[in-house]
Amino acid sequence: MVTQVIRSEWTKIRSVASTVWTLSLAVVVTIALGMLISALSKNEFADMSRRDQASFDPTFISFAGMGLGQLAMIVFGVLVVSNEYSTGMIRSSLAAVPQRGTFLFSKIAVATGLSLAVGLATSFVTFFLGQAMLGDHRAEIGDPGVLRAVIGGGIYMTLIAMFSMGVAAMLRSPMLSLGILMPFFFLISNILGNVSATEKIGQYLPDQAGSRIMQVVTPLDDDKPYGPWGGLGIMLLWVIAALAGGYLTLKKRDA
Amino acid sequence: MSRFSVGGMIELTGLTKRYGEKVAVNNLTFGVRPGIVTGFLGPNGAGKSTTMRMILGLDRPTAGDVRIDGKHYDQLKDPLTYIGALLEAKAWHGGRSAYNHLLCLAQSNGIPGSRVREVLDTVGLTAVAKKKTKGFSMGMGQRLGIAGALLGDPRILMFDEPVNGLDPEGIHWIRNLMKSLAAQGRTVFVSSHLMSEMALTADHLVVIGQGRLLADTSMPDFIARNSRAYVRIRTPQRERLLDVLHEAGITAVENGNGTLEVDGGKSEQIGELAARHQVVLHELSPQQASLEEAFMQLTAESVEYHAHTEAPTRPPQQRQQQWGADWKRS
Repeated sequence: MVTQVIRSEWTKIRSVASTVWTLSLAVVVTIALGMLISALSKNEFADMSRRDQASFDPTFISFAGMGLGQLAMIVFGVLVVSNEYSTGMIRSSLAAVPQRGTFLFSKIAVATGLSLAVGLATSFVTFFLGQAMLGDHRAEIGDPGVLRAVIGGGIYMTLIAMFSMGVAAMLRSPMLSLGILMPFFFLISNILGNVSATEKIGQYLPDQAGSRIMQVVTPLDDDKPYGPWGGLGIMLLWVIAALAGGYLTLKKRDA
Repeated sequence: MSRFSVGGMIELTGLTKRYGEKVAVNNLTFGVRPGIVTGFLGPNGAGKSTTMRMILGLDRPTAGDVRIDGKHYDQLKDPLTYIGALLEAKAWHGGRSAYNHLLCLAQSNGIPGSRVREVLDTVGLTAVAKKKTKGFSMGMGQRLGIAGALLGDPRILMFDEPVNGLDPEGIHWIRNLMKSLAAQGRTVFVSSHLMSEMALTADHLVVIGQGRLLADTSMPDFIARNSRAYVRIRTPQRERLLDVLHEAGITAVENGNGTLEVDGGKSEQIGELAARHQVVLHELSPQQASLEEAFMQLTAESVEYHAHTEAPTRPPQQRQQQWGADWKRS
């Protein structure tokens, strides 16, 4: 039963163009921007204060493209779910699979698996190309905490996509979902996380907490109450909440 | 006799759907049985699509119950092999090809991929199977929806307004398809807002208006009961003819455009009476009210009946304004 639905969802996801272009965009933007910022950082290193040099984190710098690349992952996550509603496909889907939980979680499982594969590949490629740009200041994959950060980068991209799937399952409309998620992750979360007045709350937002996994060198003034895995755990709680909300919405409402 | 002599029943019991204050489907109880085409007739907005969505478990009933062979829809294993449905609204992703659309539905119900090619062939979409469905005409879309309904070779088929958007050839094709599906012993439940369409395809008729059941009857019975025969008369000696008819015990009703109408098929009797009393007739013609009129009368009566129960003490002009408000009750 579940394997049938998983196979069906795989056919769905591979047979629409939006899957290819959203994921390609996520890969290209993350890698290209990461390389660019790594190259710029290498040239600026000599001009940095001693303090900044001490907390220089080559691994984290190579992931600088993730902030923009994650937006494409958000679009991917939103479209995978909300396309069902915007196209009317949901009526065919639920007539074929009336067990709504099985339907939703099979869809999410397939999209998550694909996100994880793409996310991990992106994360590794981004790391190695970014380090190549950094030249003498580069980190090695074998350095303490680096492998954790690189794998974590892939997981981070996956969790962002999953969070978006949950939000889309709650809101149903692609425009509404994107209209909330894009500005939130691109602007609002950054503002809340960096303004001292709201920092205490901002640091618990999914992307702020989750991105801690990609840091290898802890900044000097860092007073975050969680470590890399703790941060990822906070992000996971957000994802679980969004998916639970999406499931309850689907369960309760008419299709 | 047929492959489907057992099963294939749809049973609705007190099925009700309320959207806030509005009652879309009101306490519907009827059954749909195999081997015949059952027409589901009602004006637009009568609740036909909502009823069909509840049968498929897409919408949840506010009250009441609908079962397929005694089971709720979500208790059916691989439901597409029990019941296939063509829904009124488009129900596919325009960026996906017809083949992949049907393939993902087939896979979810354990239906082999070879069946996808079969149904594409049946509905005549093989040539465009690999094309994205967003380029499809309305008629091609209907055919794709029908292919989806046939996919699981189900014993129950449900079509919501299937002739919409089809050209005459397509309409002819779908009528024959429904009849042959029923002849194979399957249950065919088809909605329409056109009486004329139902008269051509349905063996049994379920009529609803404003979400309520108005009739559940065989087609011949419906025709016999509802197609009123009357005689239309035009005469320059109206008063004299009315007297003559009155003496003979015949009631004539004056129509607005100067004609008289007499119920029943009494044209010979009236002609003889007129001749005997030397009344000039300009017209004496037997008429048959169409099924369409009968249907409109039936649904109009339901509206009127609601209005009376809603506001028995109100003056008529106010009652008119209250027609749409009967759902405020219950």
